Amino acid sequence: MLQPGLSFEQAPPISVPFRFFLSAPLFGLACAALVLWQGPDLFASRWTPSALAATHLLTLGVMASTMIGAMMQMLPVLVGAPMPAPRAVAWITHVLLVAGTLALAGGFLLLWPLLLRAAVVALGIGFGVFVAAVAASLARVRAWNTTVGVMWLATIALAAAVALGATLAASLGWGLALPSPAFHELHPAWGLLGWIGVLVIGVAYQVVPMFQMTPAYPGTLTHWLTWAIFAVLVLWSAAQLALGEAGATLATALALALGGAFVAFALVTLELQRKRRRRQADVTLDFWRVGMASLVVAAACWAARLLAPDRLPEGFDLFLGVLALAGVALSVINGMLYKIAPFLAWFHLQTAVAGRATVPHMRKILPEGAQRGQLRTHLAALALLLAAPWWPVLSYPGALVLGASMVLLLRNLIAVARAHRATLAQAAVPGAA
Amino acid sequence: MASIEEFMAQHHKACDAHFAAAESAVGDDDWSAAAREFDAFAKGMAHHFEMEESVLFPAFEERTGMDGGPTYVMREEHEQMRGILGALKAAVAARDADEYLGQCETLNVLMQQHNIKEEQVLYRMMDQHLGGEADMLLGRFDELAAA
Repeated sequence: MLQPGLSFEQAPPISVPFRFFLSAPLFGLACAALVLWQGPDLFASRWTPSALAATHLLTLGVMASTMIGAMMQMLPVLVGAPMPAPRAVAWITHVLLVAGTLALAGGFLLLWPLLLRAAVVALGIGFGVFVAAVAASLARVRAWNTTVGVMWLATIALAAAVALGATLAASLGWGLALPSPAFHELHPAWGLLGWIGVLVIGVAYQVVPMFQMTPAYPGTLTHWLTWAIFAVLVLWSAAQLALGEAGATLATALALALGGAFVAFALVTLELQRKRRRRQADVTLDFWRVGMASLVVAAACWAARLLAPDRLPEGFDLFLGVLALAGVALSVINGMLYKIAPFLAWFHLQTAVAGRATVPHMRKILPEGAQRGQLRTHLAALALLLAAPWWPVLSYPGALVLGASMVLLLRNLIAVARAHRATLAQAAVPGAA
Repeated sequence: MASIEEFMAQHHKACDAHFAAAESAVGDDDWSAAAREFDAFAKGMAHHFEMEESVLFPAFEERTGMDGGPTYVMREEHEQMRGILGALKAAVAARDADEYLGQCETLNVLMQQHNIKEEQVLYRMMDQHLGGEADMLLGRFDELAAA
């Protein structure tokens, strides 16, 4: 009577998550190349075609890709829910995500409707397959826990963000009228706050105490926070869609509440990390702290934008965008990769070599120095890109350093893949021990 | 009535404390404290594996008929942890801080994801299926400690 979801053994093959991890820095590099090519023009407004293209290379190519790869890996481990047909789901999702992201960025840059239509189809199907596979595995979970709830919420938010984005892209691709101008606000909100935000919070509940041995998040927070964020997102969307201008005050209040919820999460996380029992320097920890500090500042900017929209300097939206994307999301995701990738390599090697070779520990698979060098480059890129909306000429060094950071990230991930391969080869030699 | 989840999760935490103390001592180059804390950690881990492999897992397997599922994977991960504990012991003897800290990093991820699976799924299932016998089962741990 082996019930589905109760056997822990269904970790997918290592190629499933790794294809998503390895393609991520390539899209980061494409984003950096675009920023370099477009220069200060890109930072003129969040609505320039090049800003839209760069944003989506980052959000789809780097962030969604890494998070999908990590989620395919983590579902079986954290919630005991294996994904159906992981190889096929990974293959279809990855190919369509790569093709759709390139088509979307190309469509924005060239203003070519055919590419935008292709992007709508590819990303619609690619994300659709992934969302369906996650829903199928979550539906089989018998033992409900906080993480299962968070995974549901994040997956629904992803579906909403994709549907809103597809409507926006379709309106450009087919020249259709938008159902509501609010879609321009709702799409990034569901993508960043609903999908990335809720998933990061849910993952933090597990990994922040686990990696550094901090106290657990308070139960009051873990029981309510992600549900509250989700509910407020729904109400905020409804207020904008149904009430329009009449609901402006209500919408502002709800948006402020969203900002407050994320600040609470960031401050609690920083406090827990301060109380950590493992005291060794740790690159992932530093990435998290950069992410959480950026989150507090981003939420303050978000509040300023809501309360005094007319008194903000030009470039404020882009500053907030860089802070939320590169400062919060990219930092956390990048930091997580440095735990997930080497551990996965180690974990798969343990079973694969079965004593025929010595499996190197995580810091031999990916030395700390290599991680720290990339962290420093990431911080330099972040500082330059945050300044670029105010001093546009900084977009050039910002793009170059972002590119360097992505090259180093790629180098580090390839080092992990190589260590994995080398140990397998060693184990295949007869008589090796 | 005792809760298996509560008791065992508490023991995880006790082991964690020695793990973190040993790691800090190695980081501070204090090898006598490191050896003392590592020893306490290794003993705690051995006792924990014993409580599960000799008492809880067999009772659970017998009650549910699930002997190829969660407990099988948990036993496998115990073996992997025993392997790293051996490497840590050698690193303490050789006073090799890089080796010790690198193995710690690996053991921590392995151990914590293992604990999450036990605390959030397996122990809860045990409390469901073995609830009535929990006091008797937890009582048998003392015999292990005495042995």
